[in-house]
Formats: sequence, C-alpha cells, structure tokens
Amino acid sequence: MAELLQQVVIGLSSGAIYALLALALVLIHRATGVVNFAQGEMAMFSAYVAWQLVQWGSPYWVAFGGTLVLSFAGGLLLQRVVMRPVENAPVLTIVIVTLGLLLVFNGLATWLWSGEVRTFPPNRPFPTRTFDIGGVVINVQDLGIIAVTVLLVAGLWAFFRFTKAGLALRAAALYPESSRLVGIRVGWMLGVGWGLAAALGAVSGMFTAAAFPPLEPTMMQAVLIYAFAAAVFGGIDSPLGAVVGGLTLGVFLNLVGTYADDLQDLGFPVDLEGLRLPVAFVFILVLLVARPQGLFGRASARRV
Amino acid sequence: MEARYGPVHALHGISLTVDDGEIVAVLGANGAGKTTTLRAVSGTVARRGEVVFDGRRLRRSPEAAARLGIAHVPEGRGTFSELTLLENLRLGAYTRGDGLEENLERVYGFFGWMRNRREQPAGTLSGGEQQMLALARALMSRPRLLLLDEPSLGLAPMIVREIFGIVRRLNEEEKLTVLVVEQNATVALESSSRAYVLEAGRVALEGPSDDLAKDEAVRRSYLGY
Repeated sequence: MAELLQQVVIGLSSGAIYALLALALVLIHRATGVVNFAQGEMAMFSAYVAWQLVQWGSPYWVAFGGTLVLSFAGGLLLQRVVMRPVENAPVLTIVIVTLGLLLVFNGLATWLWSGEVRTFPPNRPFPTRTFDIGGVVINVQDLGIIAVTVLLVAGLWAFFRFTKAGLALRAAALYPESSRLVGIRVGWMLGVGWGLAAALGAVSGMFTAAAFPPLEPTMMQAVLIYAFAAAVFGGIDSPLGAVVGGLTLGVFLNLVGTYADDLQDLGFPVDLEGLRLPVAFVFILVLLVARPQGLFGRASARRV
Repeated sequence: MEARYGPVHALHGISLTVDDGEIVAVLGANGAGKTTTLRAVSGTVARRGEVVFDGRRLRRSPEAAARLGIAHVPEGRGTFSELTLLENLRLGAYTRGDGLEENLERVYGFFGWMRNRREQPAGTLSGGEQQMLALARALMSRPRLLLLDEPSLGLAPMIVREIFGIVRRLNEEEKLTVLVVEQNATVALESSSRAYVLEAGRVALEGPSDDLAKDEAVRRSYLGY
C-alpha cells in the first residue's frame, strides 16, 4: 500500500508535466481549431532559455520567472508574425506551418546550445529531501512540481473566470465574429492565447529538465505525445479535461512501469516497462472507442 | 456605398442617412441587401464608398466601429451562447472602462427578468429572450448608434411588439439613434420616423414612415393588404 501511494505521487508529478503541456495544446486548439505540433519544441527551447539565464548567473527561480515572461512574449510574437498570415488558410496548411516551427525550434536549439546533453538545473529547483509519512516516502521535488502546477492552473482558471481580459479571451476563441462587434481585438487575443500557451509549455519544459534529466533538444518529444494523449483523453477543448487527463496518464504510466515485473511474473507475455509510449496510445484508443468526444468533451453533431 | 461578398455584388450604390435621435428602418425582401447594409456600416463586409459617422470617415474595422459607439446586433443575434447571461452583458460593456454595476442596473431597468437569471447560459434562453439579451448587450456599450438586424426573425408577434416597444422607449428616454433592418414592414414602419425600401441592392423608395405606410406599392409588396 505504501509503495502504491508513493508511486501515485510520483505519477502525479510527471502527470503534472504532461498536464501543463496538454493545457497549452488545448488553449491553442480552442482558439484556432488547430493542434500546435511545435508546442513541445517551444517548451524545450524555453527550458534552454532558462538554462542560459542560470548560466549567466541568475538564481533558478528568477530564471524561471524570466523565462515565463520571455516565453509569453515569444509566443505572442510567433502568432502575430508567423501564424497570422496563414490564419485563414486551410487547417492542413496551418498544421504544416506548426510542423515547420517544430523543426525550426529543434534546429535553433541545437545550433545555439549544441546537441550535447546538459544537467539543468545545476542546483535542483527543489530541495533534494524526502518526507516519510507513515512509510510513504515522498520527494520534495515531486510535491513542488505538483504544487506549482496546481497554483498555475488555479491562477489561470481565476484569470479566465473573473477578469475582463479572461472573459474577452474566452469570447474571442469561441465567437470571433460577435467578439469583434463588441470591440474585442480578436487578432491580439489569439496572440495572447499563444503567449499563455508558450508560458505554460515553458513550465512543462523546465520541469521536464528537472524531473527527467538531462536537458537535450529531443527531451520534449515523448512528453508532447503524452500531452496529446492527455488532451485528447480530456476532450481536446476542455482545459479541465487536459489537467485530469495529464494527471491520470502520469499515474497510469508510472504504475505500469512499477508493476511491469509483477505483471510478467503473473504470466503477462511482455515487459511493459519499455513500452510506455505504445501503452499511452492504447490508453487513448480504448477511451476514444468508448467515448469519442473525450472525457470532458461534448459530443458535436454536424448536419451534412 | 457599394458592398460585395467576393465577386457577388450585394449593394449597387446606395446612400442613406440617419440623424441623431432618429429611428430609421430599412425594408426589403430577402436578398435585397438589408443585412449587407448594416454589415457595410459596421465594417464586417468589404465595401466601397464611405461611411461617415459624426463627421468622421470610418475605416473598415468592426472593432474600431464598436469603439466609436456603433453597436451592431447581427443577424442571428450574435449570442455568446456558452457564456452566462451576465458574461454576455459584461462583454457588451467591453469598450467601457468603468461603471459596470450602474450600467447593469440601467439595463435591468428595461429587462427586469434578467436580474434573476444572470448565471443562466445564454444558449438556453428562448429566442425572444436571446433577442432581448442581444439588445441589452448592445445597450451595455452605451451606443450612439444601434444597428439592429431583423429583431422580429422567428419570434411570436407579441414578443416582436414588446421588443420594438423597448426600442421606442430607448429612443425616447435615452435619445438612442437606431438603424433597424426588418422584413416585418408593419411593425418597422410603426416604430420608425423614416424608412428606406431596398430592392436588389438599390434604394427603391425612401421617405417618412407614415407616408410609406400609405404608399400603394409598399402596401401591396410589403404590408400585404
């Protein structure tokens, strides 16, 4: 029992990382109907920016905050400069543009910081202590990642729910025409949406570097797949779904990894430990067959 | 002014004026260019010619028009249906910095039932209620010109009377200027001081509403008696 609880906490911590990136995907999908395939590489790039700030002598949490601001600005700029010209293009065109961005960020990071693996942060963001609560040993870092994620998600929720700017962002994403008529600058709202997504992704990237070292240009590729799974699991347009999806997937995958040996002992034919990615896919597949709109999504019908 | 959707000309050069404090109606059959006329004013359709508001030429931007005080209640009412009634009203006041509470009280003065249903998702309101919400949302911006697109569409005659009654009250009590497009010529001519009749993208007739209501051709084509 203690081991199970321990593994659940570890799973929640990696789940939080997937949830943040999934939330970024959902924000952009809600606003534009497009999946941003570059989200993971943008997050990786942000993590390198944070690493660079620390290299230049900034304390970790200052670099963390600075990276959030820079990523927000970068995301906004990206939408205004790169995405805006293709705004009205067919979805496939936009998807190809985001795939292009994926390659650009990957190349840029390799060129700027070389592909060699690095340890980041050099000093861990959270103390390396552990708690022992009745036999359940919990890492401070895991708790820290979960706590920061909860704070971010709660803050984001309050922003969307209670502020005028948050309301305008929601309106612009769902009803661009009506929003223009009440005076909302919809184009800029999309830019802000990209900015927020980039900032959320940045947190995901920085935590990935801390929880699953090393820092390297390819580190977010698997995380992006998990984030897709989480977002689809929750119903691609539901922020709550993305969070629940991310956490669930994190716990599920961690338990699969932990108990893979036991399963094999019980006669299961393959070792699931190394098969986490395919397991994630099976997870989505089963859910989508059972509930095509995702856990929190709404079924939509279209008259043809 | 001319307007078109891609290669399709919807308006072939029309000219109309609305004076401060007036209710002006635009009548016409389906496809005559009524909706396009409003969309050309607020800048939601490509147009040629000029729209002058308060002595200033408007550029073609619905956001900018809204900021200058032009509130457009579009065809289909433009309801933010997943959002609550109150959120719809708050969005109506988007261009206004402050005085939200006071503004809400003023709007509840016209639509008392809204006070107790603030948290209801707007999409679950009835058609008539959504039309009133669209009107209320426009009022929240304290507009200087209200563009109303077929407020009677799909509504029972009694509700249509009620809505036009409120528009008239707004005009009298707040000196609200209104340009309303309507297929229901009877109620539109009753409520307006002047009217234009559009046919195939051109102004076919114009004049004081009382005179048009007596006009033989208008009666036969639009009033049906």
